[in-house]
Amino acid sequence: MTALLSVEGLTKHFPVRGGLLNRAKAVVQAVDDVSFEVAVGETLGIVGESGCGKSTTARLLMHLVPLDRGTIAFDGKSIGAREDLSHRDLHRQMQMVFQDSYASLNPRLPVSMSIAFGPLVHGVAKPAALARAMDLLQAVGLDPLLFANRYPHELSGGQRQRINVARALALEPRLVILDEAVSALDKSIEAQVLNLLIDLKEGFDLTYVFISHDLNVVRFISDRVMVMYLGKVVELGPVGQIYRDPKHPYTKALLGAMPSMDPRRRTKEAPLSGDPPNPINPPSGCRFRTRCQFAEAVCAAVPPTLATDGDGRAVACHMLMPGSGHSLA
Amino acid sequence: MAPVVSVENLRVRFTTPDATVNAVNGVSFDLEPGRVLGILGESGSGKSVTLRALIGLLPPRRSHVEGRITVAGHDITAMSEAQLREVRGTKIAMIFQEPMTALDPVFTIGEQIAETIVRHEGVSHADAWRRALELLEIVQIPSAARRLKNYPHEMSGGMRQRAMIALALSCRPSVLLADEPTTALDVTVQIQIIVLLRQLQQELGMAVVFVTHDVGVAAEVADGIAVMYAGRFVETGPADTVIRTPAHPYTAGLLASTVLGAAQGQRLEAIPGAPPDMTLLPPGCSFAPRCRFAEARCSLDLPPEIALAPDHMVRCLRVAAGEITVAAPTLAKQAV
Repeated sequence: MTALLSVEGLTKHFPVRGGLLNRAKAVVQAVDDVSFEVAVGETLGIVGESGCGKSTTARLLMHLVPLDRGTIAFDGKSIGAREDLSHRDLHRQMQMVFQDSYASLNPRLPVSMSIAFGPLVHGVAKPAALARAMDLLQAVGLDPLLFANRYPHELSGGQRQRINVARALALEPRLVILDEAVSALDKSIEAQVLNLLIDLKEGFDLTYVFISHDLNVVRFISDRVMVMYLGKVVELGPVGQIYRDPKHPYTKALLGAMPSMDPRRRTKEAPLSGDPPNPINPPSGCRFRTRCQFAEAVCAAVPPTLATDGDGRAVACHMLMPGSGHSLA
Repeated sequence: MAPVVSVENLRVRFTTPDATVNAVNGVSFDLEPGRVLGILGESGSGKSVTLRALIGLLPPRRSHVEGRITVAGHDITAMSEAQLREVRGTKIAMIFQEPMTALDPVFTIGEQIAETIVRHEGVSHADAWRRALELLEIVQIPSAARRLKNYPHEMSGGMRQRAMIALALSCRPSVLLADEPTTALDVTVQIQIIVLLRQLQQELGMAVVFVTHDVGVAAEVADGIAVMYAGRFVETGPADTVIRTPAHPYTAGLLASTVLGAAQGQRLEAIPGAPPDMTLLPPGCSFAPRCRFAEARCSLDLPPEIALAPDHMVRCLRVAAGEITVAAPTLAKQAV
């Protein structure tokens, strides 16, 4: 497995300002010491609840927000202070699709121009860029003759998201980050766009980072899954293993909270009580301990590290670390 | 048992100078006390409009409502705004998707609940406040006494949703309308609210009409499911029947699209096309343009409601004629 993207110790804390002199009063530890790799041709799913840092992770990868600490390497080249790969080059290789299909398109540009915009900025001649836009419209299942000159408000949500996918592909990137890209769509349209993403991945040799709160969708599209909770990775591994045999108590609860889809086997009891805590001043030690039924003193004292087992699975839980001091370890 | 909600041929049109939107096009159903009806549909299918019609919330000048709606013996369509105010809260209450916009931001939770109780039951403020405290305990809000004095913005999303449920239940309605109350919540919080609603519904013996786009949520809460498409019920039946053995091609397509048990990385059996334009509905079956079983006659006349079993209704000419059977979905609860 060759890593297309490797991320090491990614950290982003947002200061919360306020008061008389607008000084930083607290920090939101949005992403805290997150490390992972994405192999060439795979789809890495990132799941978690609101505030877990999945979207901030995506924005950090794209360098849409500056990172506090950590390194991101794309295809072996680091992106950072003395860069091997400039941000401009990075954006050629890595593109992103956002949740809100309307807000991410320029309302004053016909969609073909939106798609061609990136290549034009990167020095492709206009006729070539527009020709490529036409091909991409075709590739995402929209007839170029009908759609090229339309404006975003003339399209449905599903069609707009297809345009966003086409635009992301315009620079021939190798990695596409899909941040809740199908979450705002109706189920029947979501299925169409998921099918499209699978076809495009094959056709354009893409690698995906797929971020979603929808556990069914992540299971369907991902090869590996990373589960986040309050800015930390709690579990990471192959999709089958995670869904069949989750190890971390949070992953278990998350999967157990999914509606059963079967009226004969309804969920009797919610696996967790309460809401996720505020990412401002998260709990000490293991951040999940306040909602974890197995929490002990060690969980409050020491943050668990993400430990990898033989099968490519990593879990951050004291119960699974021999000698951690937890009674169940 | 006599139904507590009875809807007969409900039609709702919205008129603007440019166009007329046919949001609901002939919906009929009866709901018995203590039962939960789940209305399942995608955006624009008319499910929320149906719900708003039941409680008389549609703007009178811009909407045109036809048909009969009877809730707990009251003819909703014939009532004045003043009469409706008496019925809302005491007989029929509603909870919404976004508690932040449904609750008043400038009053505390306790004040909002107590005000409702005083208004409807004429009890003293102190008594109402005590009831409000009880209600917060019923919806399992921790440290309820302190939470009564919270403003909505001081609470988390799940907590606000519980507070809104407490408000809706404050005058013991016999019918609760729920408009996607769990959609905006995280999955671990969503299941808590579902379990709570189910428990309260059973304890209080309320009838509930629960609108959702999520098959999983409908399967968790509903006794009966009505699948809505383009302002009509295309299939109704017991939840178990509709989910395990769907009859209508749209129901089957919707179930297949929810990526249930679909082999990882393989193409889904998606429904092609997009929902119809509600200003310009086709004369026949509204789903025909997207249906892979459609024939010429499907686009000519509206398919009537056909009973496959006494409690299982479908609107499809070809299913009625026994010409097609749609595939049942694979049900796989994730191993936990």
